[in-house]
Amino acid sequence: MLKIENLNVHYGGIHALRGVNMHIEKGKIISLIGANGAGKSTTLKSIMGLVNKSGGSVIYKGEDITKSNTIDIVKKGIALTPEGRKVFPDQTVKENLLLGAYLRKDKKGIKEDLEWIYTLFPRLLEREWQIAATLSGGEQQMLAVGRSLMSRPELLMMDEPSLGLAPIIVKDIFSIIKEINRAGVSVLLIEQNAKAALEISDYAYVLETGVVTLEGAGKDLISNDAVRKAYLGA
Amino acid sequence: MDFVRDNLPYILAGISVGGQYALIAIGYTMVYGILRLINFAHGDMFMIAGLMGVYAVTWMPLYLAIPFVIIFTVILGFAIERVAYKPLRSAPRMSVMISAIGVSYLLQNLALYITGGLTKTYPSIPWISNTVKVFGATTKVVTLITPVLTIALVVALVLLINHTKMGMAMRAVSRDFETARLMGIKIDSVISLTFIIGSFLAAVGSILYFSNYTGVMPTAGAMPGLKAFVAAVFGGIGSIPGAVIGAFIIGICENIIKGVGWTTFSDAFTFALLIVILIVKPTGLFGEKNIDKV
Ligand SMILES: Nc1ncnc2c1ncn2[C@@H]1O[C@H](COP(=O)(O)OP(=O)(O)OP(=O)(O)O)[C@@H](O)[C@H]1O
Ligand SMILES: [Mg+2]
Repeated sequence: MLKIENLNVHYGGIHALRGVNMHIEKGKIISLIGANGAGKSTTLKSIMGLVNKSGGSVIYKGEDITKSNTIDIVKKGIALTPEGRKVFPDQTVKENLLLGAYLRKDKKGIKEDLEWIYTLFPRLLEREWQIAATLSGGEQQMLAVGRSLMSRPELLMMDEPSLGLAPIIVKDIFSIIKEINRAGVSVLLIEQNAKAALEISDYAYVLETGVVTLEGAGKDLISNDAVRKAYLGA
Repeated sequence: MDFVRDNLPYILAGISVGGQYALIAIGYTMVYGILRLINFAHGDMFMIAGLMGVYAVTWMPLYLAIPFVIIFTVILGFAIERVAYKPLRSAPRMSVMISAIGVSYLLQNLALYITGGLTKTYPSIPWISNTVKVFGATTKVVTLITPVLTIALVVALVLLINHTKMGMAMRAVSRDFETARLMGIKIDSVISLTFIIGSFLAAVGSILYFSNYTGVMPTAGAMPGLKAFVAAVFGGIGSIPGAVIGAFIIGICENIIKGVGWTTFSDAFTFALLIVILIVKPTGLFGEKNIDKV
């Protein structure tokens, strides 16, 4: 569904991505793990057209979107839950969710998806009229995930959705990721929480200073020695 | 009560000029809210709108001249943003400020060239330039219309910002360009819209202001522009209600100062106020955390 070939990104003099190759199959959960500064967020941002690519190509459903702008990419069905939540702090929970559906015109479908998100995250329903800035960190993360689902994406990319959350909420987030995936959404997941991510992933990539050094089925990577040492703390 | 009766003409004049400052101040505060830019050219655009009013009535009947002035100013505001600010979107903020100062001087010099430096007399618009008596005080109709029109426009604007999809997008952009883009919002369109609204209000303000203070010269935008800017800072730059309240306070205070006979100090008051705010409460009355911030 999404094919990334030889992706290169420069930030001024910094060569952040040095030829990344990835393949995301439809209906799967794929995770991308790696140390801080490896270039994980940069990979997702460059797919979304938020940072300029200095080389390589991104093919989505057979179409070259390397040079597309962010709006067109969202329209084609890719959404990103950005690192660090980034909810709009002075708007209500409902307004944040509706902003996620900004490009959609189908009122009925928007209403249905809103209800679906409220069943995924009942806490958001209770707080529908609350200003996002006053939500707890976990609630903000739920809002950020809900908001990116509101564009009804076929591919949802999540950048560290469990960042800074209590272990019990992390479990909730992971089960919701699975539920989203069961609803037919392909998922590309970045996680520091490598073990949990690998457990739910069909396939995974390990990124080190801008290059993919290892890839394989989630289960295989969990038992891989190098991965265990570097990312699973074993 | 005696104070109010004795000073009624000054209070009325203050409310009126306050409304005119408010219409200019909204342009400053909204642009700041979105771009974190102090649009130094805004006061000069107000002056150009005034000048355009002078010339437009010689080209066409008044009922066409008024919409013409408004449309011209809106296009000018839109064009300034596209030409002078948009290419600098990813440049340091200081570069954009310098560009704004450049546009300000460009407009002033253009006006100097066109007018030859002479003060032009603003056309008197029937009805709103008429005089009326209110509780024994004589004043122009425009004095009474200004606050009403200002409040109506501000209410419409606040409704637009708080209760429409477009307003939601504006509030999102004012917080975070990148995340707004992820929602599919066109940042450039939202910024253009902000300049369009600001220019529209400044054009309406110019018609009201120059109907009252009839001389238009190339520097005519400087003083009202500066006062509107102080009003925006006083109210908490970025906040629309703050700018409006600040503008009315400044308008009323400076006229009461004239009323008690200290006319020479009425301008100085505004700037003394600016210094005091910056020292005591730099975020202004409704600074930063305000919900209506755009
Ligand atoms: N806007 C930027 N300007 C300059 N350098 C940047 C920018 N964004 C990221 N970088 C650099 O690019 C490299 C990759 O950053 P990136 O954010 O993609 O890492 P990451 O893998 O997401 O790390 P983390 O796990 O800490 O989120 C880092 O060295 C970072 O300092
Ligand atoms: Mg990151």
